[in-house]
Amino acid sequence: MSLYSLQKLLYDLNRDARVQDEFLSEREDLLARYRLNEEEAAAVRACDVGMLYILGVNGQILMHFAAWRGLVWDEYIQAMKDALAEHGQVRGGIYGAVDGGEGGAV
Amino acid sequence: MSLVFAGVMSHGPGMRARADRADPALRDPFFATLNRLRERLEESRPDALMVVAAEHFANFFMNNMPAYCIGMAEDYEGPIEEPEWLRIPRRTVPGNADLSRRIIGKVMERVDAAYAEEWKFDHGIMVPLSFLTPTFDLPVIPANINCQGPPLTPLNRAYEFGRAVREACDSVPERIALIGTGGISHWPATPNSGKINADWDREFLERWTRNDRAALTSYTDEETLRDAGQGGFEIRTLVAVAGACEGDTGEVWFCEPIPIFATSGYAAVMNLETEIASIAA
Repeated sequence: MSLYSLQKLLYDLNRDARVQDEFLSEREDLLARYRLNEEEAAAVRACDVGMLYILGVNGQILMHFAAWRGLVWDEYIQAMKDALAEHGQVRGGIYGAVDGGEGGAV
Repeated sequence: MSLVFAGVMSHGPGMRARADRADPALRDPFFATLNRLRERLEESRPDALMVVAAEHFANFFMNNMPAYCIGMAEDYEGPIEEPEWLRIPRRTVPGNADLSRRIIGKVMERVDAAYAEEWKFDHGIMVPLSFLTPTFDLPVIPANINCQGPPLTPLNRAYEFGRAVREACDSVPERIALIGTGGISHWPATPNSGKINADWDREFLERWTRNDRAALTSYTDEETLRDAGQGGFEIRTLVAVAGACEGDTGEVWFCEPIPIFATSGYAAVMNLETEIASIAA
């Protein structure tokens, strides 16, 4: 349920300007409405795209969220590569890395 | 009337967002092919363009995920992504609610499709439209197949969905064009973005041009994930177009890996010759 809630929060952020405003102005109130564990809440709070990837957020949701937070493409890819190196393989979902996250088009 | 055009193409956001970083030796002939695809579409004089797409959590989430959904709105807004990121300005795209309603009603005689009177287009539709209808003036009927949140609809059902779409198109007086859009093999939005299994792509498109239903629907999701990545699940959109063109065969106009686009850049068309009325229900 936790990964589901984490992705639901990012999904809501990606498509609703009012949720985006709340994220910027009343972040803790927003986080409290979703059933997140401490690790997930910390990653969202810090806009830690790499950690969100490791936690299993679907890449299509995460890519969109990263763009909203201003990450250019290479920064987005690098954030995931760095997190893989630090934390190891993705823990859930279907967007795990292959080949150790090597390659790619950066 | 009937289906007047049927084709498939890739839709990676990089086709717009990172076009300047693609190898011109690949990008330019690919974009020229897409221009040819646009010309073929225009020559068919469609009244509407139905886009069978693989939505990416722009509208649908796992709280209520339809296997199939067709848009039924007067208009649609897109892109949902940051326009500066995608490099496609945000705009309103015309729909045709009445035509959608008639098509959905007919599709539902064979397939339990959901419908949506609200729909925000993401890159999966906006990128193809930016090439095929660059003035965004042709009414669009969006259709989505869930390719993101397992369990996914079986490939055989995607083929059946296509057959139902064809029957629906044949049942209305308007001229309908159909474009299916999804990556073939790719590992999108991951650290491996740019990894492409070119042999797998060519084999899949070869099956598609033969419109070989058994071969097209023989992939298991486990095999697809292993050989074509999580993005490979989007073949459902191409399988649906094949279903809409059952009895016809196609031709590949372009298919080359373009890593910065995250997929093979490809375009292919079906040569429409068979009347669906002759196909047994």
